[in-house]
Amino acid sequence: MTQLTADIRVDNPYSAGLLAKRTPWVILAGSVLVALVAFWLLSNAEGGGFNIVGALLVGALLYTVVIYVVSYLIEGSRKATDRLVTALVGGAFLLALLPLVSLVFTVVTNGSNRFDIEFFTHSMRNVVGAGGGAVHAIVGTVLMTLTAAVISVPIGLMTSIYLVEYGRGPLARAITFFVDVMTGIPSIVAGLFAYSVFAIFFGPGIKLGIAGAIALSVLMIPVVVRSSEDMLKLVPNELREAAYALGVPKWLTVVKVVLPTSIAGIMTGVMLAIARVIGETAPLLIAAGFTNNLNYNMVEGRMQSLPVMVYNQYVSQGTDPQAYLDRAWAGALTLILIVMVLNLAARIIAKVFAPKTGR
Amino acid sequence: MTSPATSARTPRTKQRLGDRIFSNSALTAGTLILAILAAVAGFLVLESVPALTTDPEEIDILNGQPFWSYVAPLVFGTLWASALALAMAIPVSIGIALFISHFAPRRIAQGLGYIVDLLAAVPSVVFGLWGGNVLAPAVQPLYTWLTQNLGWFPLFAPPASGTGRTILTAAIVLAVMVLPIITALSREVFLQTPVLHEEAALALGATRWEMIRTAVLPFARPGIISASMLGLGRALGETMAVAMVLSASGGITLAVLTPSNPGTIAANIALRFPEAFGLNTNLLIATGLILFAITLVVNMIARAIINRRKEFSGAN
Repeated sequence: MTQLTADIRVDNPYSAGLLAKRTPWVILAGSVLVALVAFWLLSNAEGGGFNIVGALLVGALLYTVVIYVVSYLIEGSRKATDRLVTALVGGAFLLALLPLVSLVFTVVTNGSNRFDIEFFTHSMRNVVGAGGGAVHAIVGTVLMTLTAAVISVPIGLMTSIYLVEYGRGPLARAITFFVDVMTGIPSIVAGLFAYSVFAIFFGPGIKLGIAGAIALSVLMIPVVVRSSEDMLKLVPNELREAAYALGVPKWLTVVKVVLPTSIAGIMTGVMLAIARVIGETAPLLIAAGFTNNLNYNMVEGRMQSLPVMVYNQYVSQGTDPQAYLDRAWAGALTLILIVMVLNLAARIIAKVFAPKTGR
Repeated sequence: MTSPATSARTPRTKQRLGDRIFSNSALTAGTLILAILAAVAGFLVLESVPALTTDPEEIDILNGQPFWSYVAPLVFGTLWASALALAMAIPVSIGIALFISHFAPRRIAQGLGYIVDLLAAVPSVVFGLWGGNVLAPAVQPLYTWLTQNLGWFPLFAPPASGTGRTILTAAIVLAVMVLPIITALSREVFLQTPVLHEEAALALGATRWEMIRTAVLPFARPGIISASMLGLGRALGETMAVAMVLSASGGITLAVLTPSNPGTIAANIALRFPEAFGLNTNLLIATGLILFAITLVVNMIARAIINRRKEFSGAN
């Protein structure tokens, strides 16, 4: 046996007819390099700017073609298709990163122009052109979002308790189904609904902060229900049964056993729901309107919010468009930061307050 | 339930006041959700009736044309933009979901999932700002090139838009926005594929792609369909991104690169509502009711598919 194998001149019989492990990476580096050089030469010849995104795209395309052909010649068609799909799937992921990177980059670079103290200490009252700030919008956003949370958290939490602890039969099924359907309500329809309610009772043309809060809570309730329902379902049944065995009434079991066990998950869900509605523009534009003045009163007068301010600065640019655009970008940066902080806080809460497992 | 004979013998549970209050308030909250959904439909109908019953001549926005001929281009624009967005988003999302679930190294897969979820956290108004100021100027040269060289193709018919704010740009922004939804749901379904099926395919000598094609994709097909429907629901109702990117002029056209584009219902409401008064408001609410009906149907179909699948998934 040893005599026979020694005669065959193959280093490793298992890798015969296959590409080496590092070959795809070499081909990738090579094709990106070729594309970069080609684009650099082209930009020198035509005098245009160096298009790095285009170069990377062409490089990725080149790699896809080359790896397919090379693999087809060495490994056969089945392996070649596999490598082609791997390249395409990886490419899809990189393609999705492109808008994310571009968006974050532009928001941070453009937003930092006006991300100053004046932006957070002044409203837009009597401001034409440069200057001014977003205090009125930030106050409005905080007030309306908090009111929406105050309305929707109790309703959402009690509904999820009903679904998990009490609900059986057609009513529970209907609620589950329509909560799912409700997650799909377009945000602008929620705004139109809130406007219609107040228009019917207080006359047309009315725009109030509380109407904006109601529109937001229509969007928020289903999110809260879904997340807390999932969290309540995670509570082990043994805990409930242990409580019942000790003679604890059902409602006290829910309040003292089930809720404390799942409170971390529920709070995370609430934070994520807030993060979702805090960026909503359309319903607030319809229901709460827009204004340049600071307004603390939910039930009187229009109320500005951060997303609506960004939109407003963008669509109605005055004589000095750059000042309006700068404010819009600074508002967008603030908004993204708020959403990021909320998301981060939600994850931290989930980590810190998670029930201690194990005994 | 037990028969009356046995229940007479078992001691009855004591009805406590706390129990009754708590269960009733839970029930009330649950029913309130159904009531809210009914109220949304009810108030929208109530407010849109005046627009449908009065003479079109009295409504400024309509300009004398009947209601339906005003709505038709908007409905077309809504469906067309969403269809374009889904055509771009679905293949890419499936690719990303497969990459995260089956291709990427296990250790970094979850982190990559978070990165895609970040896209979902960006507010729509920021997408609008980015689409109008960054994306539209960036793709405009490409549009000019496409109309010059591929103008015979109906979608790319000239003239090219000078600003790049066409329905295709709006659809690209919409595609980026629905991408995380479709990706998250399909990723979940891909991960649920029975491991035994996958291992059986691999043991028979299938390559990774053949394993995915024969084991993962057939299992995940209903999930992909419903994820796409949910993405469609989001794209149909998206307002700000379209309102800030698209320069709409009305009219029904299939060309996606020209300066004259159909608007969408949601964007049209957002652009017109702040200045609207009297019956115009009712007219816009009526168009909103149509949008509500369309998204409701799409979402209900998607949910029905998901729920039907749930019943079968246990057997797999």
